[in-house]
Amino acid sequence: MAGNKRKTPDINASSQADIAFLLLVFFLVATTMNTDKGISRVLPPIPPEDVKVEDQKQKERNVLLVFVNGAGQLMVADEMIDIRQLKDRAKEFVLNVNDDESMPEKEDEEIEMPDGSKWTYPVSKGVISLQTTRDTGYETYIMVQNELTRVFNEIREDVSMQKFGKSFGELAEDERKVITTAVPQKISEAEPRKAIKK
Amino acid sequence: MKKKGNKELPAISTASLPDVIFMILFFFMVSTTMREQEVLVRYKLPNATEVQKLEKKSLVSYIHIGVPVAHMQARYGTAPKIQLNDTYKTAKDIGDFIAAERDQLNESDRAQMTTSIKADKETKMGIITDVKQELRRANALKISYAAVESEGY
Repeated sequence: MAGNKRKTPDINASSQADIAFLLLVFFLVATTMNTDKGISRVLPPIPPEDVKVEDQKQKERNVLLVFVNGAGQLMVADEMIDIRQLKDRAKEFVLNVNDDESMPEKEDEEIEMPDGSKWTYPVSKGVISLQTTRDTGYETYIMVQNELTRVFNEIREDVSMQKFGKSFGELAEDERKVITTAVPQKISEAEPRKAIKK
Repeated sequence: MKKKGNKELPAISTASLPDVIFMILFFFMVSTTMREQEVLVRYKLPNATEVQKLEKKSLVSYIHIGVPVAHMQARYGTAPKIQLNDTYKTAKDIGDFIAAERDQLNESDRAQMTTSIKADKETKMGIITDVKQELRRANALKISYAAVESEGY
């Protein structure tokens, strides 16, 4: 009997839930969900002063000029088009299936495969040059960027299916590198034009 | 009497309630990150379908562009502003900002540094272009235009 009395009483655990709730509320308030997503781009470095302008000039057939004005209208290679047509237009330009004279050149490049072998692929030299004015809306700009990204993503997907029989998203790191070398994402973001001059 | 007492419903045991709450707590601890700065501009991100996730949060610095929040408008007006860290800055300060951010990173991580531009979709390209030019000048070439993933147009 005496031994029974000396037993430590149970600690009341009913407030544990409250403590856990407090912690939960703290984390709900002080943290954010990791939902950072965006369209990735690499800006061109500022050219050194001593490089001549002619060196950077591309051949005319290799450049597709996409111009967005302040009203959100789209001009592709001197032709006004709708944003829905942009993807197909740009894809046609980059792929140049029929080796058209007015479309970008291709250069056979040897790409090193992960297994050590070489793979020759005609890499398109086409550059999509995106120009805006200072009063172009950001939303329009992102929509155009999105369409252009889609062009390259779709081509990469196709090439990846042909070459590896897998979707681009499922490729391993080194295989992915092969595809990105074969289909480089060439989108040049030029400085904006002055709105007046055309 | 005895029978009546037996018919009373027993109290539901709440002993497992803390466990449930702890589970939710752990979920939030794992899936969220600490809020790092107070955002002083109001922005609504544009929609895009081809978005990529930003991989390492510690390597990302943020540039917020948008209209000042309501209680700051009396002092700063309603023209779009650039927010770096916790204050409004101009495009010219981006060079210093990038240098400071770069200093905080390891030598090996510096090449991976990404700048995320979180701009309101109503912003004009002029201000974005200024920011981009400054980023080029500061040699912070990896950027990401923050956007909300959508199903398409």
